[in-house]
Amino acid sequence: MTNHIKVEFEAKECNVSLARLVAAGFIASLNPTLDEAEDVKVAVSEAVTNAIVHGYNKGEGVVYMEAFSYNGTVMLSVRDTGCGIEDIKRAKEPLFTTKPEEERSGLGFTVMESFMDSLHIESKLGEGTTITMTKRIGSRG
Amino acid sequence: MKRRTKERMKKLDVGFKTVDNALVIKIQGEIDSKSATHLRRKIDIEYDCANVRNMVFDLKDVSFMDSSGIGLIIGRYKRVSALGGVIKIKGANKTVRRIIELSGLGRIVKF
Ligand SMILES: Nc1ncnc2c1ncn2[C@@H]1O[C@H](COP(=O)(O)OP(=O)(O)OP(=O)(O)O)[C@@H](O)[C@H]1O
Ligand SMILES: [Mg+2]
Repeated sequence: MTNHIKVEFEAKECNVSLARLVAAGFIASLNPTLDEAEDVKVAVSEAVTNAIVHGYNKGEGVVYMEAFSYNGTVMLSVRDTGCGIEDIKRAKEPLFTTKPEEERSGLGFTVMESFMDSLHIESKLGEGTTITMTKRIGSRG
Repeated sequence: MKRRTKERMKKLDVGFKTVDNALVIKIQGEIDSKSATHLRRKIDIEYDCANVRNMVFDLKDVSFMDSSGIGLIIGRYKRVSALGGVIKIKGANKTVRRIIELSGLGRIVKF
């Protein structure tokens, strides 16, 4: 069975928990283990927070989230039309952050990468960023 | 029934007590970017007023935490260690532990 949803919401920090709930609800039909559901929630939380905090610098904007499921795999994408990432390779390094003054730890991408099976970052300065992640669900069987 | 309608769905709660030379911070709910900002403010005020050196984070009732929680703890570590204190984390669930391990935070705080 395949499934697909598309949600968009205002770039506000209070919507991050909503995005987590949507993602958890979406994968529920794939019969995930509690750990798998938790992993997806954390990864979505990281990607959506980045869009709001970095992409739009906590200003106005819209976050676009999509989820697909196919053959027991979930693919999630989170997109913003914000400032974009200057150096993707650097951004992915553990502990690299451009906002240390806000007590960011520079771990978002590291967490996404290790909690999901794949992570892809597409970004253009001044145009925005799209994060695409996949994870196989129900791997216990 | 009447009482129930007045209860709010609360995403976050934090309680403080001092034990020995430590401020014990009990967090209930979800730690993300939004709640971390709020927690940071409350914890710093409490630590400044309490006449103690160390901090204990009780995360037993934390149902969710992302990297914002790591930023929160590292930020507090800087303040506490500047005064010669240490930070201890207790009650972290499996996912929270994994994030802590990933961050290397385990090397500077006890958990
Ligand atoms: N959507 C985005 N738009 C623009 N820049 C981004 C975006 N996502 C990430 N970045 C950049 O990549 C860096 C690393 O992101 P990462 O999530 O790993 O760490 P962080 O957000 O700085 O800290 P943490 O996630 O631990 O709070 C950010 O500091 C920021 O400069
Ligand atoms: Mg981040």
